Amino acid sequence: MLRLNGITKMFGGLTALEDVSFSVNEGSITGIIGPNGAGKTTLFNIVTGLYTQTAGEVYLNEKNISFSNTEKLAKLGLVRTFQNVELFGQMTVLENVMVGLHIRSSSGIFSCAFKLPGHHKEEKIIREKSMEWLKFTGMADLADMKAGNLPFGKGRLLEISRALAAQPRVILMDEPAAGLNTRETDELALLIRKIRETGITVTLVEHDMDLVMDICDSVVVLNLGKKLAEGTPRQIQENPQVISAYLGES
Amino acid sequence: MTGERRQILGFIIFAAMVLAAPLFLKGNYLLNVLVFVGINTMLAVALNLLLGYAGQISLGHAAFFGMGAYISGIITTRFSIDPFLIIILAAFCAGALAFIIGFPILKLKGHYLAMATLGFGIIMYIIFNETVDFTGGPSGLPGIPNLHIGSLVFDNDWNNYYLVWIFTLAVMLLSINLFQSRIGRALRAIHDSEVAARVMGVNSRILKVQIFAVSAVISAVAGSLYAHIMTFIAPASFGFNFSVELLTMVVVGGLGNIYGSFLGAAILTMLPEFLRVFQDFDIVIYGLMLILMTMFMPGGLVGGMQKITEFIVAKMKKIEDKDAQA
Repeated sequence: MLRLNGITKMFGGLTALEDVSFSVNEGSITGIIGPNGAGKTTLFNIVTGLYTQTAGEVYLNEKNISFSNTEKLAKLGLVRTFQNVELFGQMTVLENVMVGLHIRSSSGIFSCAFKLPGHHKEEKIIREKSMEWLKFTGMADLADMKAGNLPFGKGRLLEISRALAAQPRVILMDEPAAGLNTRETDELALLIRKIRETGITVTLVEHDMDLVMDICDSVVVLNLGKKLAEGTPRQIQENPQVISAYLGES
Repeated sequence: MTGERRQILGFIIFAAMVLAAPLFLKGNYLLNVLVFVGINTMLAVALNLLLGYAGQISLGHAAFFGMGAYISGIITTRFSIDPFLIIILAAFCAGALAFIIGFPILKLKGHYLAMATLGFGIIMYIIFNETVDFTGGPSGLPGIPNLHIGSLVFDNDWNNYYLVWIFTLAVMLLSINLFQSRIGRALRAIHDSEVAARVMGVNSRILKVQIFAVSAVISAVAGSLYAHIMTFIAPASFGFNFSVELLTMVVVGGLGNIYGSFLGAAILTMLPEFLRVFQDFDIVIYGLMLILMTMFMPGGLVGGMQKITEFIVAKMKKIEDKDAQA
């Protein structure tokens, strides 16, 4: 589904990522873990086109998407969420999700301003589909609230709802459990499984080991910009290199 | 759907009040002021699309206003072509120019964008001032003909009022429609978090340029109408000061609110008239009002009024609850 081949990223003289390669299987939940500064978020930024890699390629269904811009990647079915929750704070919860359907609709600026007939119909479909996604994540009762007023945990759920509304094939989540309490994390685990059941491939960067070991089919470990290990959660837990990287022995 | 219906009803009431106003103001000089309130509302709404919706600042919007005025003025004083056709030409030119300069400058953000648009405004001001052969230079361009449809000539306050306000109401309605639509949401998304908007597939680069061009087109139409109503134009009306005044109208009224832009334009256009009684102190009071407004009403007049009503409603509820307990 998603394949990274020899990704290298240099910031000036600093090598943030060095020759990282791995693949994400269709319909799987893949976790990317590693100590702070391992390059996890940089990797996400490269895959979603926010950064350009120094070397290497990214493939989505064997199509080279290395240098596609962010907007185009969304259309190809690749969306992400952010570590520090990027919502449209002045808009309502429902409107936020409706932006997710931007790429699945086509009304232009004149059609919108003059309320041409096609626009009305499309608007109704956008609204209905958005409500469905809010129900999917259990946020339907908050639809009319201003997104900026949501508590942190709900904001995260909204970001996921908005990403799902774009009907992605792969969703990348950057530390979805950061800042959530235990109960919210449990609910998140259930939600991620539910997302996978709809056929969407999930890739996540996460610090919460319990969550990663619980839900992931496959785990990639990064350390100091390099891939340290790859395998099932059990294999990773027993890997001596991984253990030493986390405990700081060398 | 009820929200949409309320919105339509609100606009109909507003439009009816605007169209009925001259019946009570016949022969009053206030009618003349209201013509300019209409032009300024149109300009403020245009800037609001850019600043309030998409969150992109422009300190050079008076330039597009001037472009419309000068293209209409120069051509209609020299050739006898239907001035309405020239309005379309002027709008097209302003839109095309905005499109061309929009791609490079809208890549900039915050202060840098402000500087770039400021520079654009100043360059256009210099052109208005220095191309004396065409624009008449600092002494202005006189003798611009009034607009006419058949034998109906727009040469008095009454006619001009309806001419301007029909355009203004149309621009307001289209802008209100845009707010709650696919494109409106995408623009507001860019305003709140451009990176998240792009990740959701919103092509922020093209959309920002598009709304910049639309804003320029509206401003140019306002400029053409202004030229035909005044019959005389001079560069001083299209300088940096006026760009800042437009910005003030939008901010005082409330970012992203179309009726706010009307209120802002109305207050900033009429205030100098009312403050005349204070003679030399008018500018002090004007400045003081702006400072107080930005301090205590950061959401603009419309935002401030909403807050005040919410406060009163909450207070009333408290009193009711107390009565119920007693």
